[in-house]
Amino acid sequence: MIEARSLTKVFSDRTKGEIRGADSVSFRVQPGSIYGLLGANGAGKTTTLRLLATILKPTSGTAIVAGFDVVRDPDRVRKNVGFLATSTALYARLTAREMIAYFGRLNGLAEPALRARIQTLADELEMHEFLDRRIDKLSTGMKQKTSIARTLVHDPQVMIFDEPTLGLDVMAARSIIRFVRECRSRGKTVIYSTHVMGEAEKLCDVIGVIHGGALRAEGTLAELRARTGETDLEECFVRIIQPEVPG
Amino acid sequence: MNGHNIATIYAKELRDTVRDRRAMISMIVIPTVVMPLLIFGFAKTAFVIVSKAKEEIPRIMVIGGSDSPGVMAELEKSGKFKVETASKDWRSLISDKRVRAAVEIPDGFERALGEGSAPAITLYDYQGELKSGLAAERLDGFFSELRRRTTARLLAAKGLPASIARPFEVNQTNVAPPEKVGGNFLGGIIPYFIIFLCLTGAMYPAMDLTAGEKERGTMETLLCSPASRTDIVIGKFLMVLTGSLSAVMFSLISLGGTLVAFGSAFAPAGAAAKAAARGAAMPTIDFLGIFGLLAMVAPVAVLFSAILFSVSLFARSSKEAQSYIMPLTFAVIIPCIMGMLPGIELNYRLALVPVLNISLVCKEMLSGVWHWGYIAVIFGSTALYAAAALAVAVRLFRREDVIFRT
Repeated sequence: MIEARSLTKVFSDRTKGEIRGADSVSFRVQPGSIYGLLGANGAGKTTTLRLLATILKPTSGTAIVAGFDVVRDPDRVRKNVGFLATSTALYARLTAREMIAYFGRLNGLAEPALRARIQTLADELEMHEFLDRRIDKLSTGMKQKTSIARTLVHDPQVMIFDEPTLGLDVMAARSIIRFVRECRSRGKTVIYSTHVMGEAEKLCDVIGVIHGGALRAEGTLAELRARTGETDLEECFVRIIQPEVPG
Repeated sequence: MNGHNIATIYAKELRDTVRDRRAMISMIVIPTVVMPLLIFGFAKTAFVIVSKAKEEIPRIMVIGGSDSPGVMAELEKSGKFKVETASKDWRSLISDKRVRAAVEIPDGFERALGEGSAPAITLYDYQGELKSGLAAERLDGFFSELRRRTTARLLAAKGLPASIARPFEVNQTNVAPPEKVGGNFLGGIIPYFIIFLCLTGAMYPAMDLTAGEKERGTMETLLCSPASRTDIVIGKFLMVLTGSLSAVMFSLISLGGTLVAFGSAFAPAGAAAKAAARGAAMPTIDFLGIFGLLAMVAPVAVLFSAILFSVSLFARSSKEAQSYIMPLTFAVIIPCIMGMLPGIELNYRLALVPVLNISLVCKEMLSGVWHWGYIAVIFGSTALYAAAALAVAVRLFRREDVIFRT
């Protein structure tokens, strides 16, 4: 489970002064569900997810991820989290197997268990053909599979996806979407950020609309439609972030 | 700190770096090639040039001297010079290196010499030009010998012994061991190269493992792992240090191999001294000094690795890191060059100046001189600076504004 409690992150910028990357963000994600964080570029999605993954430290507030506090127990939080984003790249000079093994070892997997886990992931993701090939020689799809295997190697309870389909072609994006759904069906707690309305509509059980670092609205698709009086999610989104703009 | 995580990160960085051709060039190829090049491309060439210059019979011009046929004949007969009568453009001929030197013999020199009161001889050479200097030196030797013989003849004519004009001799004997003779030359330049390689060996891994990772997006991937920031920074730092130390190791192996393979380095002391006295032999260095150099360079490697790591970590990209590292290179080269300057002696104040202290003490060690007091102070102070630099690197790695400065 994920529970964000007034998560706040303030960045100081020499020219712009203080920027609130996340402004008192609170929400809860249940196991076996996908929480969509919907927002425009710069809305605070990445900051919020980085706070949950303990890559950033909150200025105030906290979050409980897989039962551990992100402020007090960040190492344990990371042990239970799989984080996948377009910004989480792979080491080009390693092979796919070495990449997965590296993160398995950092997650404390013993060698026999690690070998078995890599075998299982390679079976599930159909990676055998390129498992021992260097990553810089792989196609985008193969790299995606390697990234997915890297996030799953320690079988985390919580999966965090930060715009994982950004810049991918249709086929690669579809395989990511399929993988996110599988995570849900395996009972994992999933949080998924996107600015693509269609993705949020297709995937998410609950959608949180984030703007200017603050969570402006939250609910199921039906609840958001009811609240804004719009049927199209894009219109709902615009209504929420710019209530004064006439539709 | 988690030892398992540090070892895992280090092992991965090592594997990754070994597969990087550019890193291998800076860590292994250049250090291995530079020492033979230094010794044979620079030192050997310098010795060959000096030896050849000494063997050359210089072309000289004589201004005047027509009424001193005896002196002229002796000059020609000596076989040390190709003597020509000066043409009008003798000065430009010396400048153009077509004539090495000129000597002006004043009118009536030989006649006055017979009376024991000859006017001064003037030598002309092109200062700073090796062959011209050697020709002038040889001319000076010729006229000094003529002066000695004239004095002896005049004294004998008056029934006095020749020793009256030179009542005592001054002997100069070298007490430095043969390796010291070489140490002064090679000992000055070798630490310079070793210290510089210590820096360049760490440069590429430092940039690649910090700014390079930020640029490629792999830093965030690593930050998602349960490894703490301290584990990450130590694991990566150890790889940068490996780069620095391997550059030093390979250059020292190459240096030892080069000197052993090509002979004169560890030749018997007597032979080396005789060879050094002739001025045409390759200089020698103290073999133990190489080990001493390695021991002293270890804390410098830590210092450089930590500084390069911090500087590169701060940069947004490898290019930006390069622009920060460039001035750092000068900050290392300048004290190294100062250490090579003649007359700069190690003292307790200089023993606290980073880089310069190592340069000076290594010069001494390669000459076979071991000042244990200075060595202790230098090792201790450098280790202290290195620890401080490493602490800064760890601190910087924990700062979000540095890690996410992209």
